Amino acid sequence: MSKRKTERLLGLVVCLLSTRRYLTAEQIRDAVPGYPEQDDLFKRMFERDKEDLRELGVPLETGVNHPFDDDPGYRIRQQAYELPELRLEADEAAVLGLAARVWRRAELAGAAAGALLKLRAAGIDADPGDEHSPVPRGIEPRLGTPEPAFGPLWEAVRDRRPVTFSYRAAGRSDPQRRELEPWGVVNRHGRWYVAGWDRGRSATRVFRLGRIAGPVKFCGPPGRVAVPDGADVRELVRDWDSAPAQEHTALLRVRTGAGVGLRRHAVSVQADDTDEGWDLVTTRFGDLGWFADYAAWFGPDAVVLDPPDLREAVIRRLKGVLA
Amino acid sequence: MSALVTSTERLQRLLALVPYVISRKSVGLAETAAAFGVSERELVDDLNLLWCVELRAPDPYCPIDLSYEGGEIVVSQAESMGRPLRLAVDEASALLVALRMLAEVPGLEDRSALSRLIAKLEAAAGEAASASAQVAVQVDIPEEGTEGYAAQIRAALSAGRRLHLRYYVPGRDEATERDVDPMRLHIVEGRPYLEAWCLRAEGMRLFRLDRVLSLDVLDVPSAPPAEAQPVDVEAGLFRPSPDDVPVVLELSAAGRWVAEYYPCESETDLEDGRLRVVLRTPDTGWVRRLALRLGEDGRVISPPSLVAGIREAAAAALANYVV
Repeated sequence: MSKRKTERLLGLVVCLLSTRRYLTAEQIRDAVPGYPEQDDLFKRMFERDKEDLRELGVPLETGVNHPFDDDPGYRIRQQAYELPELRLEADEAAVLGLAARVWRRAELAGAAAGALLKLRAAGIDADPGDEHSPVPRGIEPRLGTPEPAFGPLWEAVRDRRPVTFSYRAAGRSDPQRRELEPWGVVNRHGRWYVAGWDRGRSATRVFRLGRIAGPVKFCGPPGRVAVPDGADVRELVRDWDSAPAQEHTALLRVRTGAGVGLRRHAVSVQADDTDEGWDLVTTRFGDLGWFADYAAWFGPDAVVLDPPDLREAVIRRLKGVLA
Repeated sequence: MSALVTSTERLQRLLALVPYVISRKSVGLAETAAAFGVSERELVDDLNLLWCVELRAPDPYCPIDLSYEGGEIVVSQAESMGRPLRLAVDEASALLVALRMLAEVPGLEDRSALSRLIAKLEAAAGEAASASAQVAVQVDIPEEGTEGYAAQIRAALSAGRRLHLRYYVPGRDEATERDVDPMRLHIVEGRPYLEAWCLRAEGMRLFRLDRVLSLDVLDVPSAPPAEAQPVDVEAGLFRPSPDDVPVVLELSAAGRWVAEYYPCESETDLEDGRLRVVLRTPDTGWVRRLALRLGEDGRVISPPSLVAGIREAAAAALANYVV
């Protein structure tokens, strides 16, 4: 950290905030201490400073005072700079404190802390005590972003930039290069997804961030992605991820006292009259492969009787173990 | 202040510091230092820097006047720096995403403070918020019939009562019965969890609400012992201990999902998209079930006793299918 740079940037902000007229670079150099004498050095430093301020979100305006002016000038309009007046009730302030803690240690934690600082600076006391909070004490929601792809994809979505990455689809052995116009990122069941337009496939696609291998790279300038009207990324992800309707019925023999998980969601359970120590369990399932996996989990405590293709699928898994 | 604080980060703090004091008329050094997360010495450095800001043209003057005599900060002149900078896109999004997530917490009765705060922040953030809404970052929390349990747990938390749980442990295929003293209701990785002192295990435990088979609020006061310390959920839900058994698994491309679901100590890519993982667990029972489920898509390489146990279970299960 350089103290001189902080002083110079602060002077620049104050100077541009207190002028109504556009100030040229030359006028700024005269007013703000800390800029070098040499023109080329000054120019470079001033360019960097402007960039730093814009990155902080300072609305730096460029313009001329008269149509005949040659050199552009700069100013910061107070109205564009200032956080508008904001008053919070005690219960609202209490939720604010909780919201800022949601990201603790995750990707947007710094942004949440920065926002809280500005709101405190506006005179708001976040967290005035638990008794005001509509969220009962003891509820501590958390959002994690363990996927390294979250940071760049969030930036891409925010700035509407297309990206490329290599992606290992479920069950595929090789990662493949994908080019995506990202529309949004969604967290579902604790995992992050990105939805958007897959340029290579010319179709809407959803990707799980945890299956992105290696870095996410921008492949276009900001503003190049247009999110279609009515695109609901949340719904796209839900459709991609949702389990099929449970329209099939399975009949299993389950050892008495075992198969708790199978019995939990069973349609009916009755003792097997032909074989003591076993029950007959009827249950519904959606995806055959998924349910065969699940039935195999119970090993010798469950036997699929029907349908035959489910029975075969479980036998195949068990033989696969012994192969 | 850490050496990692950049000039722009310090500038952000300085820009917030002036309105923070002004909105409170006068405020103590210690309180302010705590609010900004700096030491009092660092705060005094910041105040001196602000006081020293000087503009030289057209006439030299010092735009900021302040004092901190007797430990009380007062800003008597601040030019146009009296209000904090408006929220940046990241900042507005971090808070809004978190608030929308809070609004989905199961069993929340009073959502009015949340929706009022969301509306106020959207208004105050202006364009920054509309960008965040357009990119539609949202969070799903599955409810899966946990709504009623969440409400019961909240009632027990506020009344300070003990709970009786029937809880399903899939790894052992067991319905367990236990009394617990509830501590907190967490939303971790998008799932609701009860954090409680388990009287049976004599330790802190996290219970997934979708695995609760039944729940009763007892007419007994909750009395967790002094050693019942909150679980650090951010450090991960499953923290293997060095005493745990290391298990080596080889997964086919179709079995790679295992590494996404279970925290692995190491992952090594093999040929054809295969993956070798090492995970540690105190109880290998669930790994045996996992291996049956995976069939030929996953093979346990070690420890040898587990390898033998899996083959035995698969053979016994297969014998059930021989008619």
